[in-house]
Amino acid sequence: MSNEASIHQHNVHTHDDHGHHDHHEHAHHEHKQHFFTKYVFSQDHKIISRQFLITGIFWAIVGGLMSVFFRLQLGFPDETFKVLSFFLGDWAPKGKMDPEMYYGLITIHGTVLVFFVLTAGLSGTFSNFLIPLQIGARDMASPFLNMLSYWFFAVAGAIMFVSLFLSTGPASGGWTTYPPLSALKEASMGSGLGMDLWLVSMALFVVSSLLGGLNYIVTILNMRTKGMSMTRMPLTIWAFLFTAILGVLSFPVLLSAAVLLLFDRHAGTSFYLSEIYIAGKALPNVGGSAILYQHLFWFLGHPEVYIIMLPAMGMASEILSTHSRKPIFGYMAMVLSLIGITVLAFLVWAHHMFVTGMSPFLGGIFVLLTLLIAIPSAVKVFNWLTTIFKGNIRFTVPMLFAIGFVSLFISGGLTGLFLGNSALDIHLHDTYFVVAHFHIVMGISAFFGMFAGVYHWFPKMYGRFMNNTMGYVHFFITFVGSYVIFWPMHYEGVAGMPRRYYDFTNWESFNQFGELNQMISVAAIIVFFAQLLFVFNYFVSIWKGKKVTTQNPWQANSLEWTTPILPGHGNWDGPIPEVHRWAYDYKDNGEGGDFVPQHIPLKEGEESH
Amino acid sequence: MSGLLLVFLVALIFIVLYQVSRSSEMVARIQGEELFDKKRNKILSYSMLVLWVAFMVGIYACHVYMMPLMGPAAASDHGKDYDFMFLVTLWVTGLVFMLTQFLLFWFAFKYQRIGDKVPYNFAHSTKLELVWTTIPALAMAVLVAIGLKSWFKMTDAAPKGAMQIEMVGKQFNWISRYAGADGVLGKKNYTLINDNNNILGLDWNDKKNMDDIVIPNGEIHLVVNKPVELLIGSRDVIHDVGLSHFRLKMDAVPGITTRLWFTPTVTTAQMKKKTGNNDFVYEVSCDQMCGKGHYSMRAVVIVETQAQFDAWMQMQQSYYAQNHAAPEAAPTKAESDSVKQITMN
Repeated sequence: MSNEASIHQHNVHTHDDHGHHDHHEHAHHEHKQHFFTKYVFSQDHKIISRQFLITGIFWAIVGGLMSVFFRLQLGFPDETFKVLSFFLGDWAPKGKMDPEMYYGLITIHGTVLVFFVLTAGLSGTFSNFLIPLQIGARDMASPFLNMLSYWFFAVAGAIMFVSLFLSTGPASGGWTTYPPLSALKEASMGSGLGMDLWLVSMALFVVSSLLGGLNYIVTILNMRTKGMSMTRMPLTIWAFLFTAILGVLSFPVLLSAAVLLLFDRHAGTSFYLSEIYIAGKALPNVGGSAILYQHLFWFLGHPEVYIIMLPAMGMASEILSTHSRKPIFGYMAMVLSLIGITVLAFLVWAHHMFVTGMSPFLGGIFVLLTLLIAIPSAVKVFNWLTTIFKGNIRFTVPMLFAIGFVSLFISGGLTGLFLGNSALDIHLHDTYFVVAHFHIVMGISAFFGMFAGVYHWFPKMYGRFMNNTMGYVHFFITFVGSYVIFWPMHYEGVAGMPRRYYDFTNWESFNQFGELNQMISVAAIIVFFAQLLFVFNYFVSIWKGKKVTTQNPWQANSLEWTTPILPGHGNWDGPIPEVHRWAYDYKDNGEGGDFVPQHIPLKEGEESH
Repeated sequence: MSGLLLVFLVALIFIVLYQVSRSSEMVARIQGEELFDKKRNKILSYSMLVLWVAFMVGIYACHVYMMPLMGPAAASDHGKDYDFMFLVTLWVTGLVFMLTQFLLFWFAFKYQRIGDKVPYNFAHSTKLELVWTTIPALAMAVLVAIGLKSWFKMTDAAPKGAMQIEMVGKQFNWISRYAGADGVLGKKNYTLINDNNNILGLDWNDKKNMDDIVIPNGEIHLVVNKPVELLIGSRDVIHDVGLSHFRLKMDAVPGITTRLWFTPTVTTAQMKKKTGNNDFVYEVSCDQMCGKGHYSMRAVVIVETQAQFDAWMQMQQSYYAQNHAAPEAAPTKAESDSVKQITMN
C-alpha cells in the first residue's frame, strides 16, 4: 500500500532535521514555489487544513458576534445599544435591533456555525491534517480535488458574507429555512435575494464537502502505509472515515432540497407549495408539500449532527488516551459504536418532525430508532471513563478540553432522550429545551473536541506550542460559562418558552424569565470574549509560541509524531515508516518509558494487541 | 464611548494575561520545567474536584431559583401523562448523569500523574462492554414503551362527541372557527380568501358554512373536562399551535390539515386561583418560525364551564351574517336564495 509514487510531481524538498526554519525560509528552498502556490492555491494537505481552520475561526468570530448581538436583544429587550447601531447600521436604528435583523442573525449564526465552523472548520481541518499523517501517506489521494474542496468552501463563505450586506438582509427563516417562509419573498424580507444567496452558498458548500469527503474515504481505504491495517488505525481516522461516509451519502440530499427550493422560488414549480394566500393574493401553486422539504433537509440535517460529533469523538478518544498514558478502552467497541451511530444516523431524521402531523405509526418507529442511538453513545461514554480510570493523567490543555468534551457530551446527550421520545417532544419541540440540548451536545461539546484537537496538534501544525496559561483560562471560562448559559435554558424550555422569539415581554407565560435572560446574556458575552482569547493565543503562538524541540512532544504513539517537527510537503523526509502495532500501545516499553509508537517493531516474544 | 472603553479593557486584559503567562513560562524555566509541571498537574487535578463541586452546587442553585418561576402543572388530561413521563425520564437520565459526571471528575482527580508510574494496562473487557450495552438498552426499552403508549393514546382518533374547532394561522395571528349550530365545519377554499369579508375562504356554496362562527383573533373557548379536537391549517407559511399549559403542539401547514385533541381539566378561573396570578391566561404561542412577527403571534384559550361557554356562544353571530348584511356578496342568485332560506331557518 505504499504511495511513494503518487507524489513525484510535487516537489518534496529535503529537510534538515532541526525544524528551526520558518515558512518563509521554506519558500526559498522550494524551487520556484511561489507564495500563491504554497500558501493560497496549495495542494499540501497540511496547508489546506490550516486554511480550513483559519477560515473556520473567522466564521466562528462572525457567528459568535451575531450571538452576542441577539443575546443583547434577548437579555435587554427594553434597552438600546450603540454597538448595535455601529455594526448593524439601519437595521438597528438608535441602537434597537429590528426584528427582521434579529431573525437574520439567528439564521446566519446557525448556518455558519453548523456548516462553516463545525463541519468545514472541524472535519475539514482535522481530516485534512491527520488522515495522511496518521495513516502514513504523503498527501491525499487527490491533492488537487482537496484544494478545490477548500476553495469551494471559501467561495460559499464569501457568498454568505455578501448576503449580510443586502438591503433586504440575509436569509432569515432560521437555519433550517423551511418553505413556504423561505420560498416566498412576500413572506419576509430575508426571503428575497438573501435566501437565493443562502441557497447558492449551501450548494457550493455541498460540493466542497463532497470533494473533501470522497477524498478522505479514498485516502483512508487505499493509501495506508505498510502494516497499517484498518484495526491499527487511530480512532480519529475511523471517525473521519465515517464522518466522510455520512457526508457523502447525505449532503447530496440537501443539494436536491436546495435546488427544488430554487425552482419553487424562480421557476414557478410547486414542490413545496400548496394552497397559499399571501400578500393579498392566492398563489396558483397547488399539490406540493411543505413537509417534503423537511424530510429532505433533515435527511442531511440529522446525519449532519454526527458529521459534527464524530470527529470530536475521535479526537477526544485519541487525546484522552494519550494524556492518560493508557490505551483507549474497548477499541473495537469504539469502532462498532461509530458504525452503529453512522447507520442509525440515517434512520432517525423524522424525529425533528414529530409535530408536523406525520403518521403516528411512523412517529413510533422513529422514536424507537432514535432512542436506539443512545446505546452506542452510552458505550462510548463508558469507554472514555474507563480509559482515564487508573490512568496517569497529565492535565495539559488538550486533556482538559477532552474531559470537558465528555462532560458536555453526557449532559447534552441525555436531554436527547427527552426530545427523541415523541410524547415528550410534542411539548418540548421548538422550545429553549431544544436550544439547550443541541447547543450543549453538538455545539459546545463539538467545540471542546475541536479546541482539544487544536491545542493537541498545534505543535505539529506550527512547530510551536500554544500558550498554556491562556489555554487554561480559556478552558475554565468556557466550561463554566457554557453550563451557565445553557443549563437554565432547559427550565425555560420545560416551561414552554419558544425558541426564535425576538421579545418575550408581552407573554404572560414566559416573561418571568426576564432576569434570567439577562444573566444568560452577560455570561454569553463573557464566554465570547474568552474565545477571542483563544484566537489571540492561536495567532500569537504561530510566531511567538514556545518552540517544539522534540519530535514527539506529547509522547504519543501515532505516526504523525514520526515526521520532522515541521514536515514539508510529502510529510516524511525518508521512506514512510512501516507500522507494526496498534495506535494505543501505552505500556511499559522496557526502557523506563510508558509508550511504544506504532512504527517500532514488535520485540521478540511481544504479542501484538 | 463606552464601547470603545470596553474594547480597550478587553485588550488590556488580554495583554495582562499574555504577560502573566509569559512570566509563568519564565518561572517554569527557573524552577525546572519538570517540577513546575508536577506542581501544576497537582493543582489542576484538584481543580477537577472543585469543578465537580461547583457543578453540583450550581445545579442546585439553579433549581432553587428556577422552580418558583415554572408554570403550573399540566392543565389537560394528556398533560398528566406527559408530566409523569417527564418525571420518569428525568429520574433515569438524572441517575446516569450524576453517576457518569461524578466518575468523570473523580477519575480525573484521582488518577493524576504521580511520577512516572507504568500505566495500568486495561484495554479491553467483553464483560464490561456487554454490561454497559445491555443496561442502556433496557433503560431505553422502558422509555420507549412508556413513550409509545402515551404517544399512541394521544394521536389516536379523538373521542366521539369531541368539540371540533378549526385553528388557522396566518402572518401574524390565529383565526379560529366554530361549527355553529349544525356541528359541522363547512368547506373552504384558499382561492376564496378575502381579507375584507372572508378571511378563511369559506365556500358559501356549502350550506354548512352559514352558521360557522369565526373569531378573527384566534381566541378559543373550551369547556372544562370536555374533549376538544383542533383542526389546524395555515393560510401562508408554516405556523405551530403551541399549547404549553396543555403540553401539546402541532404544526399548521398550508395545504394540509393537521389534528390535535385533548381534554382541558382546569378552567382559567381555577388556574388564576391556583397560581395566585390574576392575570393568568392560557396562551397559544406560535412555535414554528414564521417571519418578522413570529414572536408576537399570540392567541388566548379560555377554559370555562359548560354554562359559561353556552352563554358566550349565544352572543356570537355567524361569520356569514356578519359579512353579508348587504346582498351583493352572494355568489349567484340561486345560491343567495338558498342561503337566505337557511339563514332564516
